[in-house]
Amino acid sequence: MSEDIIELIKKNVIQGRVTQDDEGIEEGMVGQPGVTELIKEALASDVDVSGIINKGLTASMEVVGQKFENEEYYIPDMLASAEAVGAAMEILEPHLAKSGVKPKGKILIATVKGDMHDIGKNIVSILLRGAGYMVKDLGNDVETGDIVEAVREEKPDFLGLSALLTSTMVNMEDTIKALKENGLRDRVKIIIGGAPLSQEYAESIGADGYGADGFHAISVIESLNSGDSLDS
Amino acid sequence: MSEDIISMIKENVIQGRKTRDDMGIDETLSGTPGVLELTESALGNNISPEAIIKQALTPGMEVVGEKFSTKEYFIPDMLASADAVGAAMDILKPLLEESNVETKGKFVIATVKGDIHDIGKNIVAILLKGAGYQVNDIGIDVPEDKIINVVREEQPDYLGLSALLTTTMTSMESVIKALKENNLRDNVKVLIGGAAVSDEYAREIGADAFCADGFQAIRVLEEFETT
Amino acid sequence: MPREGILISNPLERLSGEQVRQIHDASIEILNDPGLLCFNKKAAEIFQSRGAKVAGVSGSDTPCWTVKIPEKLVTGALDSAPKTVTLGARNPDNALIMKGDEPRVFFITGSETNMWLDVDFPTYVNKSDPGKEIKVPEFQPRRGMVADLCDSAHVCEHLESVDGYIRTVNIQDKDITGDNKDVNKFFACLNNTTKHVMSGLTSLNQLDNVVKMAEMIAGGPDKLKENPIISFITCLVKSPLQFVDDTTETFMEVCQRGLPIVVSSSPQAGTSAPIKEAGIMAQINAEVLAGITLGQLVNRGTPVLYGSVPVRARMDTLGDSYGSIETSQYNIDCVQMARFYKLPNYSTSGVCDTKIPGQQSSIERLFSDIVVTLSGPQFLHCAFGLLDCNSVFCLLQAVLDDTHFQMIKFFLKSPRINEQELETVKKQIREVVATPQKMFINYIRPVMRSGEISPPYPFEGDGDSDSVFALANERLQELRAKPVEHIDPDTTARIFREIPGLLPRLNVYKGER
Repeated sequence: MSEDIIELIKKNVIQGRVTQDDEGIEEGMVGQPGVTELIKEALASDVDVSGIINKGLTASMEVVGQKFENEEYYIPDMLASAEAVGAAMEILEPHLAKSGVKPKGKILIATVKGDMHDIGKNIVSILLRGAGYMVKDLGNDVETGDIVEAVREEKPDFLGLSALLTSTMVNMEDTIKALKENGLRDRVKIIIGGAPLSQEYAESIGADGYGADGFHAISVIESLNSGDSLDS
Repeated sequence: MSEDIISMIKENVIQGRKTRDDMGIDETLSGTPGVLELTESALGNNISPEAIIKQALTPGMEVVGEKFSTKEYFIPDMLASADAVGAAMDILKPLLEESNVETKGKFVIATVKGDIHDIGKNIVAILLKGAGYQVNDIGIDVPEDKIINVVREEQPDYLGLSALLTTTMTSMESVIKALKENNLRDNVKVLIGGAAVSDEYAREIGADAFCADGFQAIRVLEEFETT
Repeated sequence: MPREGILISNPLERLSGEQVRQIHDASIEILNDPGLLCFNKKAAEIFQSRGAKVAGVSGSDTPCWTVKIPEKLVTGALDSAPKTVTLGARNPDNALIMKGDEPRVFFITGSETNMWLDVDFPTYVNKSDPGKEIKVPEFQPRRGMVADLCDSAHVCEHLESVDGYIRTVNIQDKDITGDNKDVNKFFACLNNTTKHVMSGLTSLNQLDNVVKMAEMIAGGPDKLKENPIISFITCLVKSPLQFVDDTTETFMEVCQRGLPIVVSSSPQAGTSAPIKEAGIMAQINAEVLAGITLGQLVNRGTPVLYGSVPVRARMDTLGDSYGSIETSQYNIDCVQMARFYKLPNYSTSGVCDTKIPGQQSSIERLFSDIVVTLSGPQFLHCAFGLLDCNSVFCLLQAVLDDTHFQMIKFFLKSPRINEQELETVKKQIREVVATPQKMFINYIRPVMRSGEISPPYPFEGDGDSDSVFALANERLQELRAKPVEHIDPDTTARIFREIPGLLPRLNVYKGER
């Protein structure tokens, strides 16, 4: 039984179906339970949470990543699967502690002050959620003070800042300065992204990493995460 | 006076005006005498054919060649000038022969049997005429025996054979064989040209030279003339 | 005499009259439901005072209103928006007159890129033939500077097919700040080209200085109205359907001053607009109509261009794919919509996805350049020199682009077939057929120098190698060496005296007495 339901979850993640109303890549799936419904069903049947995550979600995202690499899947497919995993993680989150699963980090993400571009930032949040992170999206044109407050209250492990314009990218530097002044800089790792930016710029303003796109951001965060565990 | 006519002939060669009806590049010249009329009036004024050639026609064509190499002139300009010079030479040639002045060689040109392409051959004929050679163009699709007869009767210094097709270029080889069989091969230099043929092919069939275009034909002939 | 542009006699259209009507109706419905989200308070108030349904959005971090625009406001704006827009120029012979119902195309540069691509031609030795040297272009990107903007305006002044100039590169010098960027940007352009200059505005507080500078060059406020040597472009509506606070403010201020402005919208089919053609068209048309309506409410009769920069998303990254075929289709559809409203259109072509000049860039840009030109937009932002989806500018590419626009212009000349022409050629045919040689070569000469025969590709190599880049680079150096007519010394001195923030190094008369 539990094997079956995990297989179904896996299949539906690969098909990118969040709920029963979603179309998959295969025809005729509308109406059958999607990832959300299947996760609830699995919890009701006491299926092991770590099993759901490892065998149902993580393993299937690996398949999706593979298909993307082979150019069988495109970004919209990838995003649909990531969204399904994100929805699953939201349901599973309260159950993580008691089942002994260590959650991945918490990430705050925002497009900086003056900048209204959010397509890139939105894609990155979906992919990070799909990778199992808890993501809080603060929106676009976010005041520096609001970012500092959110870091203070939410205590995230990572802060992602996005900017598309050369005129707004300078606000990233201001944000990092403000975090220092408030004694919060050391509590959070900062990753920046957006068209005008570069690794070089990240270093020059004292950010911890630069993500060229969503996938790159995930690998940067993973490496910062493992760097952490080696230290401690 | 004679200086004036000479420089006018030269100018009209450069303009590519054969007769008074021709347009030049300089529009103000239309209606004024062309190379043909000017050559006749020069002869009427007792200017020597040699002077006309050496001081007007040849230097005029040199200027044209220069303009062509600097891309100021294109092939149609070059051909118009060569055509004008060729027409003047038609008048001057008999006079030169009368006075025993050495002239440039005689050239028979033909597109071989089976091939009716003649744009390239015509261009070569005009250019060679403009360069001072006496050119007899015997046409397209010319059978082997006709070529042999012309060579025997006219005794040209050069025979130019043209072919555009790979299927007809083999006729060139048979023409050369036939010349040998008729003991005429050593009397004439054979030049071949056309899209299908090459230097290599010329050597293979025993021709004396391959010419990629009319300008190369002129250079090859100049070499033969001086050696 | 203004510039001629190229008149398209039979513009290419993809939509039937009925489909145009259907898109219009759908846009009108969208403007009413869901309407637009407006983040600019003043704009929301203007809409409300003219009868739009405006309501505050609760729970939003930033103040925000929904604006539902009734059809009568839109049709009123379409009535009052001028059907002819003049874009003036420092040299009046370079003025552009754009009539909404006349498909006369002008080719203009753009957009603002961050990166400038330098080209160098290092020499390599051929491996199989060490006696032979090969020159291979190497491209090196770097941040754009104000000197580059001057360089680019100077070269574009001399590019024959360039009808007007949109600043091509974002100036990122250390001494350029938000407070002096606009004046330096406009001055660098205006001082190095006598063609029309269009740009976006970085800081609204610089608008008055920019306008004042333009007035000095044009010869006073009235002269600038008659001969608007500068114009603006704003993306006031962010897709989908959101009036952005600051660009909307800038837009209203420019409209207030009566200077020409492009209402541009740039939705991406797949992310910020539906992936279906019907969807992106209904939405972009609604967005542009919303902007035009606001402009006319602010200042009835102010000149606006119907601006469209639609693009399809790439499926592998969801980034822009300007090289996609659909991007050209959307652009041509937009040209048709603008013509339906009899408004001059600002359209886009030539933007490519690739990062360096080469075969891909040639194919991507030439395809859209040809098809979009054929549709007959008045203002064609044809991305001279732009690469990497508008983020890199390369002057070498601009020189190549100029050449192919000359080819397109030549192709679009009207056929010369009439009774007289046919009489002449019948005579030629009879004459030639009667000659032994049967060649028409003699008749070539009279037309050869009249411009009737198209020239060979100017960067043609010797046949053994492709020398296009090297030859285009030679041409570029020739253009750079040609002088350009700068703003006169007196006006320049006045500008530097009265306009704050100009960089002294931009004064070409500096050091002269």
